[in-house]
Amino acid sequence: MSIAENQPLYDADDLKRLRAARFERFGKWLLPVAVMIAMIWLWDRVVVWNEIPHFILPRPGLVLETLIKDWPMLFDALLVTLQITMMALAVAVIGGVGLAVLFTQSRLVEMSFYPYAVILQVTPVVSIAPLIFIYVDSRTAGLLLCAWLVAFFPVLANTTLGLNSADHNLRDLFRIYGATRWQTLRYLRLPSALPYFLGGLRIAGGLALIGAVVAEYVAGTGGIGSGLAFRILEAGYRLNIPRMFAALILIAATGVIIFAGLSFLSHMLLRKWHESAVKRET
Amino acid sequence: MKTLPLGQRPPVLDMSNVTKTFNGDVVALRDMNLSVNSGDFISLLGPSGCGKSTALRLIAGLSTPSAGRITWAGGQSENDLGVVFQEPTLMPWATVAQNVWLPFRLKGKSYASVKDDILEALRLVGLEKFLEAYPRELSGGMKMRVSIARAMVTKPRLILMDEPFAALDEITRFRLNNDLLQLKAKIGCTVIFVTHSVFESVFLSDRIVVMAARPGRVIREVTVDAPYPRNEAFRTSAEYAGLCRQASEALHEAMGEHA
Repeated sequence: MSIAENQPLYDADDLKRLRAARFERFGKWLLPVAVMIAMIWLWDRVVVWNEIPHFILPRPGLVLETLIKDWPMLFDALLVTLQITMMALAVAVIGGVGLAVLFTQSRLVEMSFYPYAVILQVTPVVSIAPLIFIYVDSRTAGLLLCAWLVAFFPVLANTTLGLNSADHNLRDLFRIYGATRWQTLRYLRLPSALPYFLGGLRIAGGLALIGAVVAEYVAGTGGIGSGLAFRILEAGYRLNIPRMFAALILIAATGVIIFAGLSFLSHMLLRKWHESAVKRET
Repeated sequence: MKTLPLGQRPPVLDMSNVTKTFNGDVVALRDMNLSVNSGDFISLLGPSGCGKSTALRLIAGLSTPSAGRITWAGGQSENDLGVVFQEPTLMPWATVAQNVWLPFRLKGKSYASVKDDILEALRLVGLEKFLEAYPRELSGGMKMRVSIARAMVTKPRLILMDEPFAALDEITRFRLNNDLLQLKAKIGCTVIFVTHSVFESVFLSDRIVVMAARPGRVIREVTVDAPYPRNEAFRTSAEYAGLCRQASEALHEAMGEHA
């Protein structure tokens, strides 16, 4: 028997690796979907078998029906929550990166203010939020402030770490070549900090959504211009449990989309050079 | 480029009784005297802790002498130094061309205005086809070549090399030693080269400054008067073996004094 020319020769290790790669490629999508389908089926069966009334636990089909029926109202609420989330994330990025740059440029500023950033982070936002809504007149500003408080610390902490992680030999090289502070920041520290910043951004994206939802709960105002959290509260008061689930699904889906979007952004920015994003042959 | 014989070369830098102490009592370097002349290839050879890298950092201006002084002939200019570290020390987010552009970029020069210099430097190290590659796509030896290209792209008066080939395998190291000498012949640069290797120092240098540790100090200077260009024939010659023995004895003396 002869082996055809140009036909790749795979040994046992190659075949094992190819199998693992194929499993990885399909498994990471198919397995979670399979688990979700199983969970939904189990949920449905539990309701049917135990004859649980819909105002205690609705069947998945009813939740989907409610999601479609209430879509105009829920979508408007989603846009409100999303707006607060995105604004808080944007301000967290500007504030977090700005403060991190300031910290690395001046040890005095870092020593003076870093402990307060930590205090703000470790104090639960639900305990600060009522005070914020007493002192801040604008509801939007209050919501934004709450969401920002939760979201900005990961950006600040990660970016500060990244800015300080620039290779020490490269730092020496910049000094030898007479680089100005601005040049060192622009050409060395900021690129070094990029992977750390993007890691912080992914965490901050989820936290901004959590901050926005928590703030809406505390603010508790209703009517037009209310977010998803208020819709959940309102539905709870009316024992409209299917709508509560529908709103909850929208919040969870929004969190997943934010995380996926930021992960994609991170991959695009790092794929050419950073270990975390570079694909390797194993 | 032709290099003048030893003794006829114009001065570049002078270290006079340079001492460096840390925390007031740890003497890293004591009374070092060294005259560096244009076209010199000087190796600083010695055991760990003998102050080789400290001397390099002092010349680079990364730290200041506790006593003594370092004087540049004709005063210090902005184009005095190129540096190669033990690691390639490339910016992983930048392409090969952008890495080599760095010394110019920090002087405010646009890429277009110095593109020819960058291409020339990369051609000299054999990497002109890798302009757009990222450091992660290169082998260890190629990364070091980029680092060398970056150090010499501005044609500095002095290139400092701090054990640049220590982390490479023997074959790559031999090849880069040969390439470095070819580069020196082409551009006539002045080099101070820190190494632990007797063989490397003899092959590359025309002067070997042997240093001892605790406190770091110069104990002897060995002149390698074998003519350039040096090649594999020199590496296997009796003259090379004799010079290695001479440098090795000096190094042994440096270590024995401490032991």
